[in-house]
Amino acid sequence: MITAGIDVGTKNTKTVIVKDNEIIGRACILTGFDLNETAEKALQEAIASAGITRDQVEEVVSTGTGRKSVTFADRNVSEVSAAAKGVHYLIPSVRTVIEVGAEEGRAVKVDSDGKALDNALNEKCAAGAGSFVEAMARALETTVENLASISLNSVESVPMNAQCVIFAESEVVSLIHQKVPKQDIARAIHDAISGRISSMARTVGIDADVALVGGVAKNIGFLKSLKDHIGVEIVVPEQPEYVGALGAALQ
Amino acid sequence: MSEHKKEFWKWKEYNWRSDGIDWRNGSIITGGVDVGSVSTQAVIMVDGELYAYASQRTGSNSPDSAQRAMAWALEGTGMTLDNLNFTVGTGYGRVNVPFANKTVTEIACHARGANYMYGPTVRTILDMGGQDCKAIHCDEKGKVATFLMNDKCAAGTGRGMEVIADMLGVSIEEVGQRSLEIDEEPEPVSSTCVVFGKSEALGLLRSGWEINKVLAAYSSAMAHRVVTLLQRIGVEPDFAITGGIAKNIGIVSRIEKELGVKALKPRHDTQLAGAIGAALFAKNLVEKKGK
Repeated sequence: MITAGIDVGTKNTKTVIVKDNEIIGRACILTGFDLNETAEKALQEAIASAGITRDQVEEVVSTGTGRKSVTFADRNVSEVSAAAKGVHYLIPSVRTVIEVGAEEGRAVKVDSDGKALDNALNEKCAAGAGSFVEAMARALETTVENLASISLNSVESVPMNAQCVIFAESEVVSLIHQKVPKQDIARAIHDAISGRISSMARTVGIDADVALVGGVAKNIGFLKSLKDHIGVEIVVPEQPEYVGALGAALQ
Repeated sequence: MSEHKKEFWKWKEYNWRSDGIDWRNGSIITGGVDVGSVSTQAVIMVDGELYAYASQRTGSNSPDSAQRAMAWALEGTGMTLDNLNFTVGTGYGRVNVPFANKTVTEIACHARGANYMYGPTVRTILDMGGQDCKAIHCDEKGKVATFLMNDKCAAGTGRGMEVIADMLGVSIEEVGQRSLEIDEEPEPVSSTCVVFGKSEALGLLRSGWEINKVLAAYSSAMAHRVVTLLQRIGVEPDFAITGGIAKNIGIVSRIEKELGVKALKPRHDTQLAGAIGAALFAKNLVEKKGK
């Protein structure tokens, strides 16, 4: 049986094609203004990568912020259950899932069957999501990848007072004027966001094993900072931004 | 001549001096400096009457911004700092006013300043500053009874407005008026976060919405956000708005509409409330010393 899972995020739309419990194709494209159109395009690309045809896809399941806008989906599932299911498939020993996307951060407690028991969500404030890191990278006139790698060279922890992305941008500019080394600023940025994410994760309780997924999981600076904050090993599956789409396809 | 990219978020800096007052005839000359995170105001009062002022962008160096603003306020007056009997500093950067004799909290100064600007009937003040937003209850003398502040989040602040002005390429002085030049009031964008609201606004723009309509949606969200803060403290008439955003007619009219209460009309520059209050406190302190 061939199923397609489509995760319509605020920034990217990810698709995963699953056949008999195996991943056979995937695609990731920028989410445009028309969510349905984006989902269709993402599906087409994933189908092409799987080397199959559209009519071979028996079921389409959507998830993500835009899940209800995918008119051609057979059904839609919550991001919580998609994350739980997706991670359980990849790493069944995981009991706490932390998912950080462009505009949302969530923590999901899962049981040994991959069923979601409890969850916490931040969708009200950009400071607890990927937009924060992106905005900071822009303020420092660099890329997120570069920001992440230079943060690992930091030896000094510099406090960041601003909670808000907008205020943090001004704060970063003044830190630059004060000649604070870029790697320390980069680290402060990652510490700020992981502080918020770890507080959120603690509300559901942090039990090993802990997995980090979502696009921001690819940020090595953030990963290190989060590990330091929660004091527990964190595992990041390969291609962590696809976990939601995978979980949807597996429903 | 070199051309540089126009920065739409930059509001004009200004100074002003009264023609009707001769400070040399005055007995108590006081200064008030409000160093905000975005703008700095310096005010000079002669016997409790507004004589001169200046408003400038704070920049990254607070002690310098206080001095620059005061120097600009003094410009053309024939006065120097030595002629000031007493100066009070306020605002988040108040510790950085090196020539201040004392500092007073911005909440107290705002209430006092609003009392001067709007009269003794004002009881509820909404101050929308550069990076924070305050709702204050005061008595007929401008003394603070209670207040609520949001300084953690850009929603409902000047920075939130600057961000959208810059993105849409509309000068900050025009955003208010243009947000009202629409056929129908659109649905507001996300009101919980400027970053999300901005992404939404960008999406609307790309989908073909005209600029004024996008401004309207964004302004509507910001007004709603601010009203939420106000409602937590309650709005007792008379109601007045201070701070830079009070000059934004798009925000002001939407706040009035949602609250069902009209704000008192300002007769002074609304950004001066903190500095005016500070200069008035300075006068009280001079009078107390004299007794």
